[in-house]
Amino acid sequence: MKFGVVVFPGSNCDHDAYHVISKHVGQPVDFIWHRDIDLSTYDAVIIPGGFSYGDYLRAGALARFSPVMNSIREFAAQGNLVLGICNGFQILCEAGLLPGALIRNRDLHFICDYVNVRVENTDTPFTQELKPAACCACRSRMLKAIMSVTTRPSKTWCATSKSFFVTATAAEM
Amino acid sequence: MKAKVYVTLKPSVLDPQGKAIKHSVELLGFHGVNDIRQGKYFEISLDSSVSETNAREEATRLAHDVLSNPIIEDFRVEIEK
Repeated sequence: MKFGVVVFPGSNCDHDAYHVISKHVGQPVDFIWHRDIDLSTYDAVIIPGGFSYGDYLRAGALARFSPVMNSIREFAAQGNLVLGICNGFQILCEAGLLPGALIRNRDLHFICDYVNVRVENTDTPFTQELKPAACCACRSRMLKAIMSVTTRPSKTWCATSKSFFVTATAAEM
Repeated sequence: MKAKVYVTLKPSVLDPQGKAIKHSVELLGFHGVNDIRQGKYFEISLDSSVSETNAREEATRLAHDVLSNPIIEDFRVEIEK
């Protein structure tokens, strides 16, 4: 399975994503410069975290106009896998590939902590092997995830392809 | 000609930055300030050949498509000759 990691000016978690795919997942991976538009050789595209375009205007707001984003829109529409992490998730929201918008967290404090997330949807390629949580009390069915909530618009993780939308609801924040 | 665009959070969206500023303002001894909401202001210089109607239309489109996120923000456009 061939992965591509998109690199915008200001991306800074691109090498992390590359490292995880190549060393831990053990799959072939390339960087995709944001001006590249040919995604035909990839099975999955990762939009990594960072500060694309310096977070100018709004986080992710300018990255959505990069040439690669039109290709990613078509790529996702064809049912291929697109994963946005952190700033990548913000870009997907700004681009309209995911619903909603991100706002700043209430207390303007930097928070980096382990939180429990509930599996909301197992009908996606990303979560199909997970068990859905029946309720918040089902601790054994919760995933442990690191979620950092910063003074920038709050972060969560999310993924999408054609009609799939994975949400991980933060519980007990 | 100049287009001025004001982008503000919708009234229903919490503005923690505005709240933090208000808190500091109160510490400075300013009283009677009920609320502060932070927004963005853009000045767009336009070619003098553009008509006022077109300028307003263009600036409005720009404000909607780029400068604001219509899900959480409102905008207002003013044209200055």
